[in-house]
Parts: sequence; C-alpha cells; structure tokens
Amino acid sequence: MKRLSLTPYVIWMVLFTVVPMLLVLYYAFTVPTEGGTTWSLENFTRFFQPIYLRVFIRSLNLAVISTLICLLLGYPAAMIMAGNAFKRKHVIMLLFVVPMWMNFLLRTYAWLTILERNGFLNSLLTFFSLPRVNILYTNGAVVLGMVYNFLPFMVLPIYSVLSKIDKGVVEAAGDLGANPFQVFIKVILPLSLPGVVSGITMVFMPAMTTFVISRLLGGGQFTLIGNLIEQQFLVVGDWGFGSAISVVMIVVILLSMAVMSFFEGEEKDVALW
Amino acid sequence: MVSEIIVQLKGVSKYYDDTPALTDVDLYIRKNEFVTLLGPSGCGKTTMLRLIGGFEKPDTGTITFNGQDIGNVPSHKRKVNTVFQRYALFSHLNVFENIAFGLRIKKMKESVIREKVSRMLELVNLQGYEKRDVNSLSGGQQQRVAIARALVNEPDVLLLDEPLAALDLKLRKEMQHELKNMQRQLGITFLFVTHDQEEALSMSDTVVVMKDGEIQQIGTPEMIYNEPVNAFVADFIGESNIVDGIMRQDYLVEFAGNLFECADSGFARDELVDVVIRPEDLALMPPDQAKLKGVVRSVNFLGVHYEMIVEGADGTEWLVHSTLMEPVGTMVGLGLEPMDIHIMKKVRA
Repeated sequence: MKRLSLTPYVIWMVLFTVVPMLLVLYYAFTVPTEGGTTWSLENFTRFFQPIYLRVFIRSLNLAVISTLICLLLGYPAAMIMAGNAFKRKHVIMLLFVVPMWMNFLLRTYAWLTILERNGFLNSLLTFFSLPRVNILYTNGAVVLGMVYNFLPFMVLPIYSVLSKIDKGVVEAAGDLGANPFQVFIKVILPLSLPGVVSGITMVFMPAMTTFVISRLLGGGQFTLIGNLIEQQFLVVGDWGFGSAISVVMIVVILLSMAVMSFFEGEEKDVALW
Repeated sequence: MVSEIIVQLKGVSKYYDDTPALTDVDLYIRKNEFVTLLGPSGCGKTTMLRLIGGFEKPDTGTITFNGQDIGNVPSHKRKVNTVFQRYALFSHLNVFENIAFGLRIKKMKESVIREKVSRMLELVNLQGYEKRDVNSLSGGQQQRVAIARALVNEPDVLLLDEPLAALDLKLRKEMQHELKNMQRQLGITFLFVTHDQEEALSMSDTVVVMKDGEIQQIGTPEMIYNEPVNAFVADFIGESNIVDGIMRQDYLVEFAGNLFECADSGFARDELVDVVIRPEDLALMPPDQAKLKGVVRSVNFLGVHYEMIVEGADGTEWLVHSTLMEPVGTMVGLGLEPMDIHIMKKVRA
C-alpha cells in the first residue's frame, strides 16, 4: 500500500528529473560524428579554456558578492522580524514576501525602468540637482538585481530558525553574565547557523546560474555561466557543450553544498520551512 | 543566629498590560536562607523571581541587593544566577561548555575553569558526562547540568524557577534532598519557586505563600502549616475542612449547629469567621459521645490512612483522615480538641 502510494512521485521523478539528468550526461559526454555520436571528453576540455573559465570566475564572483550582501542585509532583517522591537512583525514579513507574488521577469523589468538613463532614479537625482548615474548594464546592476530577487530566500530561513530559539536560552546567557553582544556571538549566532547555511545555499545557487538578471540588467555585456548555457542550447545549438557546462555547474553546486553541510554540523534535523 | 538581609523588596508592583502580576509586595531574604515562594499558578511567584533575576523591571517599588538598589541593573550584572523551569541549556554546547559558560564570560584561566567545572560535575553527580551532548541527557540529568551551570558562578543568591516540575515523583524527591544538601554545603541563599506545597514544606527555612500577586503569609513551614493566617493558606497548605462559623465570645465558637471551645480570642462578639479543621484532627468515635455527627459517604484507602467523607446533619461534608475505618452508611461521631479548631478572619470576598 505504502509502495503503491509512492508510484506517482516515482513516475514524476523519473520523467522530470532522472531522464533529463541522464540526457544531459549523455550529451555532455558525447560529440556528434558523421552518421552518429561517439563518447568523448571534448566538451569538457573545451570548457577549461581561459575564455570560458573567465565567464565561470565572473559568475562565481558576482554570486559570492550577492550572497554576502544578502547575508549582511538579511540577517539583521530576520533578527528584527524575530525580535520584539516591532509590534507589527507580520507587516515587515509581508513586505518581504509580497514581491515574490509578482512575476520574476516583471520585477526585473521594473528595475530596468528605474535604472535607465532617463529612468526613475536619474529623474530623482536631477530633481535634487545631483549628478546622474549610469548603473544599468554594469556588474553593480546585476548584483543589485540578484540581491533584490534573492533576498527573501536568505531572510526566511534565518527568520525561521531565529524565531524558534527559546527565549529562555537568551535569558540564561544574560543570567550567566553575558552582555547583549556576547549573547549574540556565543548563543544566538551559533544556534542560527543552520538557517544561515540554508539561506546561503538558497541564494548562492540561483545567483550562480541566473541568466535573466544578467541579460536584462547586464545588457548581455557581462555574460555569466547561465547565459553561456542558454546560448549553447538556444542560439548556437551545441547541446553537447551546453550539457557539459551544466554538468560542471552541478558538480560545483554539489561540492559547495557538501562544504555547507559540514559547517551546518549536527543540526541537520532542524526543519527550516 | 539571625544573619543579615541580602535581598529586599519594598512596595514592588508589576503589571503586564494593566493586569497586575504583583501588587505592593514587601519581602526580605536573609543570607543562607532557603526561601520558597509558594502559590497556585498565576499568583506572581515567577514574576517575583524574574524581578530579582533582572529579566523584568518593577513598575513601582525598589529591590535592593546587599543594600544597593538594583531595579535598573541588567541581569548580566547581578550576582544572582537562575535555574530555569525548562532548563534552557545551550544545545550547541556539550555538558562541560554549558557549565563553563559563565566562567568563560568572566575570562577565567582554562585550568581554573577545568577545576571548577569538574568540582561542579561531582557535586551534581555527573562525573564523566563532560563531552556529552546536552540533548542526549534525561530530564533529571539536564536539570543537574542547569543547576551546575548556575552554581559554578558562586552566586550570592540562586533562583530556582520550579526546577523539579518536569521530573517524575521519585526523581523529584531525590533532587529535593540533593538541593537541600547543596544549599547547606555551599551556604548560598536559595530562592525557590514551586506550586507543590509538600516540596515547599520539606525543603524551606521560610515559606512565602502567595495568591493573586499578593503575599498571604511568610513563616517557617511549621508556622504556615499549624497557624495559617487565612482560609486560603489553610486550604493551599494541605487539605482542610473550612466551614462558616460565628465567634460567640472569646474561646467559644459556633459552627455546624453546635458551640465548641477553641483556643482563639480577640474577635468581635458574633463575628462571622472561617473555621478551619485539618482532616487528621477529626477523630472517629461513637456518635453519642461527639457533638459532631454524620454518615460516612465514601471511603478511600490511601496507604498510610483512610480518607473518608462524612456528611453531617446540616449537609456539611467533613474530610476525615484516620487509620481506622467505618464502612459507608455508618453513623459516626467526629471528635476534636479545642487546639485543633483554627479560627480565621473572613477574607473579604
């Protein structure tokens, strides 16, 4: 009976996860030849050329910066939401969640009109007789777009863990002589690590692979790894190379998750959502 | 020998959103005393503890510690440590580090920390548990860690917030003894909060009985039990028969349709009073020899004694504890000595 009830999920997983994964692997490790295909590592050796590695490093760089900014903005926000300073915490929570109800593309397009040469931001700056800025189509704009879109994924897991910390533990630390700063460093921060790890993972992964944000706000000048993969499939038509880059990305993400779960330590059983 | 006062509360009140949790409380605690705050839930005993611990600020009144006002001193600057009801151990630290927490905050030397922690582990009987994860410990063991974590800081006063409430009966009895021993051994003032009257009576030097944010009575366990000041205290400390009576004159009270000699005086003539009689003070005897008579309505065997409910002619139900037993339906007499009739002023309702 139990086995039977699992069937729909197994079918789903096979159809939409296992088969596509196998296809990606197949394309990654083969090259087309006359009259068929042959096994080869050529797609991978091609990736490890400076031109593509530079794209990879740039993606990694922007993803790390975006993740750090999300963490620096998100942790205090989560603390405020989990704390008692505000009576209407759910309003703050809503402010974080409402943008997520809107279409991702629309949200990113909105930034386009804000940052444009004659957009909202520059009109505002002109109004206050300040020099105009050209943020659009820079790395800064891409990072801004990533932080804006992925911040909730940092805030929510941290908030979830923080709000479950027993107030008694915080009081106990104070009772034992710890000042508020020591309470934070020695008790709250270590107890909230699982949420931080989860938040970092949930921001870093989409930031590493996004191609929409970089194309809209980066204007295509700053090709990221996601754009590279997209191009191979939709423009160039080289499915083999596109698949190989995807495989590299999967390995990188799995490795980073392994590192994260090492830091997460023994708190694996904490439910985050 | 009367030792000096260490903690004193004067006119202390605390409100939560306009609801009073404590109203105009006066209390002092002497050095090396084992003081218990006793009362039903919601009586303000935990609030009082939290005020002394520094987790709450009083709305009115002053709290002094060794003569200094500490009303606005945050908890981390008070020489008081607390054992919390749900232990509040640090789940990211092992047993050793939990106990060492306060010492590390004080930046003590590693060798000193080791020595102090191991002495504490010995005191609470947890040698060899240093490296254990606190989440893997039983309730009783977690409790001991919580006690050690507080005591290792050598506080002047240890606050205990219903620390034994989550333990089973046998373990609770054991811990009661151990806590009392620790207190004698270390010479630290203990302020213990409980709703368990037996616990309060067996452990304390002084019991503070509270109700609705006010102190009802302060005294030794014997005083509280034998001379309760009002019907509430009498009822809360052990079981009692409480009936309406009229004080006809000094040493003479009327209740249940009869006049009884009693040991109390100083009431107005014909004043309405509460008459409190402990169930163990009512003795079964032949009906023709007693002023109080009734029919046995129920019998319960409780091990050491029987618990019987005897219904008097006027409908009053008397709770009787006796090693003797009369079957249900029997007419019995209930004898009592003047000493055992406690007369109390009616609490204005």
